[in-house]
Order: sequence, then C-alpha cells, then structure tokens
Amino acid sequence: MKSAVILFPGINRENDAIAALEQATGTKPTVVWHGETELPKTDIIMVPGGFSYGDYLRCGAMAAKSPIMRAVAERAKAGVTILGVCNGFQILTEAGLLPGALMRNASLKFICKNTRLKIENTNTRFTNQYKTGEVVDYPVAHHDGNFFADRETLDRLEGEGRVVLRYCDANGVVDPATNLNGSQRNIAGIINEAGNVLGMMPHPENAIDPLHGGTDGRNLFKSLVEAAS
Amino acid sequence: MKARVHVTLKNGVLDPQGKAVHHALQGLGFAGVNDVRQGKFIELELDGSDVEKARAEVKEMCEKLLANTVIEDYSIELA
Repeated sequence: MKSAVILFPGINRENDAIAALEQATGTKPTVVWHGETELPKTDIIMVPGGFSYGDYLRCGAMAAKSPIMRAVAERAKAGVTILGVCNGFQILTEAGLLPGALMRNASLKFICKNTRLKIENTNTRFTNQYKTGEVVDYPVAHHDGNFFADRETLDRLEGEGRVVLRYCDANGVVDPATNLNGSQRNIAGIINEAGNVLGMMPHPENAIDPLHGGTDGRNLFKSLVEAAS
Repeated sequence: MKARVHVTLKNGVLDPQGKAVHHALQGLGFAGVNDVRQGKFIELELDGSDVEKARAEVKEMCEKLLANTVIEDYSIELA
C-alpha cells in the first residue's frame, strides 16, 4: 500500500506522519514538496500539521493555493483517501475540500495537551477499527482549532454522519464544559460528502507508540489500510 | 493606483480577539465601548489606471486568497 505526505514550508509534523503511515502500511510514504505539480500514484495522501507559511494571512491560506494542492484536489475528486491533521485540516478547508473554517481558539491560548475524543461515526474509511461512541485519547497542539460553519452546514454535516470526532471528557460527555477550543458543537473532525477526505485538529500520529503515552491513534491508520485492502 | 482592502468577520461569527481587546479597553477605563470587532487592512499597489478593471481584479484576489468568505466579508477602496 502506497502513501504520500505533502510538505509545505513551515510544516513540522511530517516525520510523525511518515512514522504513522509506515507503521500502518509497512511502506515508507513518498514525501512530496509543495512546489511539485504531480503526485505519485498512492492510496493515501496525508497533509500533516505545522505552521505552513508561518500561518500568515490565515492558517493554511497560502498552502491551500500552492501548486501541489491542485493535484491533491484532483485526487480527492477521484476518491483517493486524504487525511489532513491540524494545519492539514486548516489547509483542506482553505482549499475548499472540506466545509467550514478553523478560527482562533475561544480561550485565545495555544492549547498543547492530550484530549479525549468521541468517535461518532465508525462507518468511514478512517474509523472502521473503532467502536461507535468509543472515547480515545489524542494530543492536540494548536492555536486555531475553533471549528466554525453556518448552522445550515452544521445541520447537514450532522444529518449526513459527517461529524466523525467530537471533543469530550473521559466518560464521553460532549457539552460546553468539555469543548476544548470553542468549536461549534464540539466538532474535532469531519469528512467530505464522498467520505474520502477527513480533516481533524487532534494528532492521531502522535499516539501510535507507548513512548507517546498512548496508542489510541493506531486504529485510525489501521482503518485506512483496512479500507484500502 | 492603490487598493485598500478591509477584511472583517461576518455578522454572527464570534470574534474572541475582538472580545479580548474589548476587555482590555474596559480595563484601561474606556467604559463607553459597546463592542469590538477585529479585522485586517491590506494595501495593494497596482499597475494601470483603469479603476473598474482594478476593482474586478482585486475582487478576484479577495475571493481567491485575501478573505475566507466562509467567515469573512471584504470591502475594496480604490484611490
């Protein structure tokens, strides 16, 4: 199984993305520089986290317009699995591959810690190895993870089962008190209409080894492999 | 020709930064401020003198990059 990791200037989590994909697929992903216009043929494309272009203008705004993103959009249309984490999520929304926008955290603080998440939909190629309602523990590290979309879009996302992850507590309680960053309806991750593009703020790639303090993220990558085989 | 672009958050979109600025102003004793909304001001130096052509071009720049129309509105002034 082949995968690719897209690299923009200012990205700093690419090695975590590479490690997670290699662990799950058994093959090292190809790293593709933002200035390229073509992608190798792969089953999975990951847009990793970091601070592309220094978060200038808006997080992910510049990266979303870079040459390689035209190729990523074509692959998205063709049904290739695309995973955007953190800055990768911001880039996918700015590129129009996912609805909504990521705004400054309601607390205005950069939040760097572990958080609990509820897996809301296991019928996706990203979450088929989890149990419905399962509570997992992933790290987060972001300043702009406050998911916003208008009510109509939010209702559509909910109605179509496209809210995949929500912030919660250890008991799976989703309410304003367990809302990490002010996101509308505690949303931490969503998929596109076709179900092949997932964007999420938390970092599953940083929960794949006991040395990370937990391995809850492994099943996300295992799900991708399961779905593609 | 100069283009001045104001990018502001849409009505109904919460602005935590504006809120923090509001609190800070209150802390400084400016009691008469009812609300603060924070935005961006972008100044562009453009070729040519055709105002309508420039307006169309800057509008395209706003739609494609300068503003995120999911959360932001923009206005363009040319001088």
